[in-house]
Amino acid sequence: MYRYDEYDQQIVNDRVKQYRDQVRRRLSGELTEEEFRPLRLQNGLYMQIHGYMLRIAVPYGLISSKQMRMFAHIARKYDRGYGHFTTRQNIQFNWLKLEDTPDILADLASVEMHAIQTSGNCVRNITSDEYAGVARDEVVDPRPYAEILRQWSTFHPEFAYLPRKFKIAVSGGKEDRAAIYAHDIGLSVTKNKQGEVGFRVLVGGGLGRTPIIGCEICEFMPWQHILTYVESILRVYNQYGRRDNIYKARIKILVKALGIDEFRRQVEADWADIKNGPGTLTAEEVTRVASFFTDPAYETLDDHDSKLNEFKADNRPFSNWMLRNVKPHRVPGYAIVVLSLKKPGCVPGDATAEQMDAVADLAERYSFGEVRITHQQNLVLADVKQKDLIRLWQEAGAYELTAPNIGLLTDIISCPGADFCTLANARSIPLAKLIAERFEDFDFQHDIGEITLNMSGCVNACGQHHIGNIGVTGVEKKDHGEWYQVSIGGAEGNDSSIGKIIGPSFTFNQVPEVIDRLLQVYLRERTEAECFIDTVRRIGHAPFKEHVYASDFAVAQEETADKHEVAPAQYAIPFYSPRF
Amino acid sequence: MIIKNNAIVADDWVVLRLNEQDSAENVMIPEGRVIVPLQVWLKQRNLLQERTEIGVWLASDERPETLKEDIDKFSVIAVDFPKFSDGRGYSIAYNLRARLGYVGEMRAIGDVLRDQLFYMQRVGFDAFAPRQDRSIEDALKGLADFSEVYQTSINSKLPLFRRVQRKGNAAASLA
Repeated sequence: MYRYDEYDQQIVNDRVKQYRDQVRRRLSGELTEEEFRPLRLQNGLYMQIHGYMLRIAVPYGLISSKQMRMFAHIARKYDRGYGHFTTRQNIQFNWLKLEDTPDILADLASVEMHAIQTSGNCVRNITSDEYAGVARDEVVDPRPYAEILRQWSTFHPEFAYLPRKFKIAVSGGKEDRAAIYAHDIGLSVTKNKQGEVGFRVLVGGGLGRTPIIGCEICEFMPWQHILTYVESILRVYNQYGRRDNIYKARIKILVKALGIDEFRRQVEADWADIKNGPGTLTAEEVTRVASFFTDPAYETLDDHDSKLNEFKADNRPFSNWMLRNVKPHRVPGYAIVVLSLKKPGCVPGDATAEQMDAVADLAERYSFGEVRITHQQNLVLADVKQKDLIRLWQEAGAYELTAPNIGLLTDIISCPGADFCTLANARSIPLAKLIAERFEDFDFQHDIGEITLNMSGCVNACGQHHIGNIGVTGVEKKDHGEWYQVSIGGAEGNDSSIGKIIGPSFTFNQVPEVIDRLLQVYLRERTEAECFIDTVRRIGHAPFKEHVYASDFAVAQEETADKHEVAPAQYAIPFYSPRF
Repeated sequence: MIIKNNAIVADDWVVLRLNEQDSAENVMIPEGRVIVPLQVWLKQRNLLQERTEIGVWLASDERPETLKEDIDKFSVIAVDFPKFSDGRGYSIAYNLRARLGYVGEMRAIGDVLRDQLFYMQRVGFDAFAPRQDRSIEDALKGLADFSEVYQTSINSKLPLFRRVQRKGNAAASLA
């Protein structure tokens, strides 16, 4: 993986110093909260219900065992013993003190990490394919380009105060595993007929209040020009993106308003002046960065391990796990292992300090000391020898990391929701737990097969509910109660689509039953080997809607009257929460 | 006092801002060194270009190309930041320097605060009028927040990867 040189380290060290001084000025009152807010946000520091939340950047989701241990250290020393992995491949800590945050950043800098631009109206952390470098369908390894883009976007002077946040994702496989259609800029690194490397560039995708699938602005941009071309897109956006209405400020609104052809014309006009200028990438730089992403020392192995097959035949939990959590690797004798952070009953994406340390150890022992964070909020060991799978499964199982549910119903993507977030209208985490417990039976889940269930506590869509096959969203209603909308038909990947809402919203306790009814329709209507999303696309929404609303919901009375009830009593709700 | 070329210096330019009752056509321009709004320049151009020294300022929603024909006539061009979080001024500055070839004094005015100064100097500002209620000595420190940068920009013609020899992965080159 990429290692800092003295320049990278210097920039991150300078940031720690700058931030430490900003916090000092805030604590002394020199800076007002209004002035401090954008400064702390550009460092990933949010004020939430219980206190400060720090979002740490994990560039394109890739970390070393050493860095994972640092997360465990931060969880223990500054937080309450756990962290939360996010849909943008980052990690968040929820219970921090402002005074501690400069020290946390210094700790992070010591292992080549930071929280730069993990929030705020700037270019955010670059995300990528969690199987980069090991996937069988990979055309070009996206990681060197993701790193080059990371450096380019870090403290870019012109684009630090954009109309709104800006997210870039890069994928390099035939199948899109980075949700590039749902990003402000989505890049697919590929090869043309001549074998030259370049990018298909999508622009104006995004979720939130107005979900839109990105449009193609350029079919093939040679790799040399990717930085200058992205620069021109940003410059047009910075000048003309709306700043009068926060809900219309994302680039997708500008692209829609102008139309993709006019937007492209403006970008090309800007680009004409900087094309082939000093910002053009050099082969030396790409080679230099790519040298950090060469293959680890793979052994020459066979793909078939008889011991593994024997064990599989005798052990149902293991064979389930093999089926769902172990993915094919491009090198014979190796496998990609997904460690599930979605064990029913646990909070999706949460990991304790003990689990983090355990994952760091497992990565060192079995996967060249590297871990990836997925945008589905799981962890990946990308280079595991097939003959180590049994031992890995046993050892990871001791830390509750082997739920055999990757890509299944209980592999729920969820934002933190109203338990933590001041924006949320409703809780996500307890609902995710309730759903996971209801459908805990793995045989049932395996029978249902591939399905994605994404939940957000509000329209901002941190849980990416629009692209879930089933999407659940907390909605604002006049009574300020806790209501959820349910949508179906969303999908990510090459056939990305935005889900459609099935009808009037539901209460907290009704949602699991709604999902059950949706599944009943699927089980009734599916043809052989048809996934949930295929059935939705074939028969349409109507049969689902009809069945869900056909009869009353016989559910117990709401057990939790207060949607913030789960906030432990010792944490007095601070005055600044807009919710109270 | 303003910050100019990395130092705190005395300054006697006056920034003219229109009141509600003023119109760009009729507003009286005081004698001396005045930085007028773009609209005033456009309406009173004939009168103003007689002056030996004149400055103009752009609002964040105005286009620098408007000054294309006049760019050499100004002793100072200022860019207004109505709120420090309005980042359009950075692209205006970039365009003035990179596209219009403006080489004179470029001044940041309005909601100009210490923590924005480093970025501002990178896109071509060489003069800063920090907000009056803040210490200008503190603001000056903001220009030195970082000792290294990655990207090409107005004050750094080459990106880091073209400026210095950077090390690749030693392990990979041995293999």
